[in-house]
Parts: sequence; structure tokens; C-alpha cells
Amino acid sequence: MSGTGARENVFPTRMALTNIKLRLKGAQTGHSLLAKKRDALTTRFRAILRKVDEAKRKMGRVMQLASFSLAEVTYATGDISYLVQEQAKSASFRVKAKQENVSGVVLPAFEVDRVPGSDFNLTGLGRGGQQVLRSKEVYAKAVETLVELASLQTAFMILDEVIRATNRRVNAIEHVVIPRLENTIKYINSELDEMDREEFFRLKKIQGKKKRDAGKADAEKEAQDARNYAQQGAGTVPQAEEVAETGESSDLLGTKDEDVIF
Amino acid sequence: MTTAFKERNLLAVIGDEDTITGLLLAGIGHVERGKKNFLVVDSKTQVSAIEAAFQEYTERKDIAILLINQHIAEKIRPTVDKYQQAFPALLEIPSKDHPYDPAKDSILKRVQKLFGD
Repeated sequence: MSGTGARENVFPTRMALTNIKLRLKGAQTGHSLLAKKRDALTTRFRAILRKVDEAKRKMGRVMQLASFSLAEVTYATGDISYLVQEQAKSASFRVKAKQENVSGVVLPAFEVDRVPGSDFNLTGLGRGGQQVLRSKEVYAKAVETLVELASLQTAFMILDEVIRATNRRVNAIEHVVIPRLENTIKYINSELDEMDREEFFRLKKIQGKKKRDAGKADAEKEAQDARNYAQQGAGTVPQAEEVAETGESSDLLGTKDEDVIF
Repeated sequence: MTTAFKERNLLAVIGDEDTITGLLLAGIGHVERGKKNFLVVDSKTQVSAIEAAFQEYTERKDIAILLINQHIAEKIRPTVDKYQQAFPALLEIPSKDHPYDPAKDSILKRVQKLFGD
């Protein structure tokens, strides 16, 4: 029998067949949609991957520049690290998250959100104010690069995860759900065919019996007629009597038939 | 996964003194109820202290990006490599005395792996 292997647990009826066919169609549509989604995400992912790689290398250079400018500050004013650390109160350099939608996946993107005005009242930094200011700008630029990189990287992480999930789904539909439904359809079809054949055979059998019965009834009727005729003829034809006798003995209703099942 | 990233708007740093100073100059420092969003690591800082700070910053709900010096990330490399969350985004940055080595970065390692196969 075809349709071996995993299949749905359904009765092989025509209605179940229609249902399963509908489900198969749904699964195929879902499969093609998911495959499209995966392709779109992968395209996006490749682009981001390249950008991440680039940005990481750029970051190295930017941070180096920033370190140099800090060294200048240290040279001009002496060590200000303690002072700066103590002055930190509330962040003036913050990020804002906005979201972007790539085929149903929400990707966050960070944006620099600087509170204008300096909360650093670097009083006490009498000397080298210019260097401090310049260094501040350079570092702000560097942090902007970092923020950009961070949003790329976050998008990278999220996309990675989503692509994996989508791949899992595509594969599951392709290799589990669709074969299963196809097997079910095959199974139902074969069962329905089997039932058809049985039904056909049964009809043929009944037809055969009916024909035989009809033939016998005819023969009996003829015999009866003959008898009646003979009686009317006052026993002048004994042959007819004998014919009627033999016809009676082959009566189907009287004998038992082996293969009558109903 | 992507819930509540709207409230995340701070940056946090774990780094050496120069890096911290520079980043604080840029204005990322935030002190709230005595809790700082930066940790200065020097040669005397215990690894456990770095780990604790890393845990704290990755669990805080108001931090969007966590910056960590690469040579410090090296010290707690297993923890850093295990970190897979999207928020806060973890970024390894170079420091003054330690040039940036892309081969060690946990993200770039994954990038390389994905490009490789």
C-alpha cells in the first residue's frame, strides 16, 4: 500500500481528503512565504555583516585619535582623570532607540541624543582649556562611531537569531509537514480506491445473483404454466409434469448457497 | 526580546583610566544614587570585581550599550563570549596601550565564522 511513513491520524473519507488538501496548500503557501522572508533577511544580514566589519576597523582608528588628544590634554594640564570622574553627575551624552522594520522583524537603531550645554563646569582646569575642549569633541565623535557600531551589532545579533528561527521553520515545513500531508493524501486516496473496488465487486455480485434469481423465477413460471396447461389438458401430457419436477428440484431458495453473505 | 529598549538610553563603560576619562569628557558619565555607569580597571582590580560589574551593567534596564576595553574583556573572556543578548549591546573597544585586535572580538569571530562557511 502506498502512503507508508508518517501521516496524520484521520479517517480515510472524502471530507478528510479535502481538508488535508487544503492544509497542504496552506503549508506550501507558508513555505514559499517563509522562504521569501528568509531571503530578504539574509540579504539584509549580508549588508550589515559587511558594515560591522568595516565599522569595527574604523573604530580602531578613531579611538587611537581620541587617545592622542587625551594625551595632549594630559601634557597641557596634568592628570585630570580624577577630576573628571568626580564631576560625572548626569549623562549629557545619551542614546535614543528607534526601530526599523525589516520584513516583520523589528530592528532597533541607536541614535545619539546629546543634551546641549556643558554640565561639566570644569572649574579648576585653568590651563589647557582649549585642549580639553578639543579632546571633548574628539571623544564625542568617537562615541558617535561607537554608537553607530553598537546599533549595527545589535541588528546583527537580532537578525542572526531571527534567520535561524526562520530557517528552522522553513526546514520543518519542507521536510516534515509537507511530506506528512502528502503521505496522508496518498493514504486516503488508496483507501478510497480500495473501497471503490470493493463496492464495484459487490454490485457485480448482486447483479449476478439477481440475474440468476430472475432466470429461475422465469423457469418456474413456465413450469407452472405448463402444469396448468396439462391439468387443463387432463393429464394427456405427462412429459410436462416431469419437466416441472426437475425445475422444482433446482430451486435456489430451497438449497443453501455457500457464498451468500447477506 | 526587543521589548522595552525604549527606556535604554545610557552607555556604560568598563575600561582603564584613560579610556574612562575620555569617554566621561564626551559626557556619558551618569551617577545615580551613588551608582556609577563606569568602572575604572587598573592592574590591582580583581577579576571578580570586573565580572560583577559586567553582570550588573548587562542586567541594568537603562543601559543601551556596554563598552569594554578589549584587554579587560580578555580577562573575563568566557563570560563575554557567553553573552548573547541583544540588549545591552556589548562593544569591545581598543585602549591606549592595547591596540585593537579584530581576531579576538567575540562578534567579529562570529562574523568570520559566518563568512567562512
